[in-house]
Amino acid sequence: MNVPDDLKYTETHEWVRLEGGNARIGVTDHAQAELTDVVYVELPKVGAKLEAKAAAAVVESVKAAGDIYAPLTGTVVAVNEALENNPALVNTDPYGEGWLFVIAPEVPDEVGQLKDAAEYRTLTGE
Amino acid sequence: MVDFGGWHMPVQYSGILDEHHAVRHAVGVFDISHMGEVFVSGAEAKAWLNRLLTNNVDRLTPGECQYTFLLNEKGGIIDDLLVYQLEEQRYLLVVNASMIEKDVAWMRSHVLPGVTVEDRSGDFAGLAVQGPRAVTLFDRFFEGKISRPARNEIKRCEVGCTAIWIARTGYTGEDGFELFFPAECAAAVWKEILEKGADLGIKPCGLGARDTLRLEMCYPLNGSDLSPAHTPLEAGLSFFVDLEKPDFIGRAPLAEQRQKGVGSRLVPFKMKGKTPPPRAHYKVYKNGQPIAETTSGTVSPSMGIGIGMAYIPSEFARINEEIEIDIRGRRFPATIEKKPLHKK
Repeated sequence: MNVPDDLKYTETHEWVRLEGGNARIGVTDHAQAELTDVVYVELPKVGAKLEAKAAAAVVESVKAAGDIYAPLTGTVVAVNEALENNPALVNTDPYGEGWLFVIAPEVPDEVGQLKDAAEYRTLTGE
Repeated sequence: MVDFGGWHMPVQYSGILDEHHAVRHAVGVFDISHMGEVFVSGAEAKAWLNRLLTNNVDRLTPGECQYTFLLNEKGGIIDDLLVYQLEEQRYLLVVNASMIEKDVAWMRSHVLPGVTVEDRSGDFAGLAVQGPRAVTLFDRFFEGKISRPARNEIKRCEVGCTAIWIARTGYTGEDGFELFFPAECAAAVWKEILEKGADLGIKPCGLGARDTLRLEMCYPLNGSDLSPAHTPLEAGLSFFVDLEKPDFIGRAPLAEQRQKGVGSRLVPFKMKGKTPPPRAHYKVYKNGQPIAETTSGTVSPSMGIGIGMAYIPSEFARINEEIEIDIRGRRFPATIEKKPLHKK
């Protein structure tokens, strides 16, 4: 499984890319493989307030629906509209075109609590 | 991997969508060793099975099979199964994995002199080879030396490792075969099928594709769409119930239902437009009121749209009736459809 070194991770298999003041969020390669073929993605609305570790989005595969948890507290500033017509991007490019949403984090301390790539690899048994 | 009726089974190999399309357009192979194989034999086997099952066993001749139900006294469904007549006085019942113990216990509690019930589920393997190219694969596998069984027929074929019971049946809506044979040969037969089907585009298929394929055809899954709470008439499967034959267990409540009508009926529905996939146990609404709960649901890989089934009150259980499915607190429009949902 691909676990890029420059990203942060959660125990619930989301990744976080810090971009200036914002945080881009998606699901990991491990998560997309477990989910299987993604057929529907329900995203938060731009402007929505998210709380860390609360359900923020739903990714549905043929098999089941999976909750996606906000890794950080903050406000949604962008969502990946391309997923509406092409939800399979979550499978084909989980760290790129398959991103889910971008938030403006509001609690700086939370970033330090995220896992680094090595910790996440240990978590998934890689 | 998931637990299914006590078996550790793969949901998918290459991916549910990939496997689904392989079966619709080429060929796929499923390990169905979890299914139960119960042999019933003896001079009284036919009469006894006719007392136990809803369909008319008299209509079978050796080498043929029929879909049928095992009911409790109230007419509720214990299991749905295929009964194959192998010889004049010998039958094979292929039952659901999760129901093997209950079915066999039920049969043993009703057994009569002149009938032997033999549960071979533990030492029998099963494979389903399904798809439009399954016939080509069959001819290759048996090197053209054995003629294909016709639809709903079964025959015994000798292969390298063992003797295989091979039937022209399936749970996908495609042409294909189901093979039942002693488990020690399972790995060898599985491997040979994959090798001989490689250039036909064969894919090993898991439980995920098995579910999407059967649901597109509106084939019920026991434990989801069928249960002791419902009769075959409510499930819309009266074709497999012969109320004219001599008495069978569960007949009286069914005869009454046929006369008075059923309160609800299992019908398939299709979501309208782009919606989240419906799943089992979602609420169904009509005119703003909850009227039912879905028993199955998925996104149809063939149609790219949400599909499912539910027991809908008879007054609304009509083709083209508009309903709504509650998905995480939002209601999405759907339409009751004719069976099967997938049309070629």
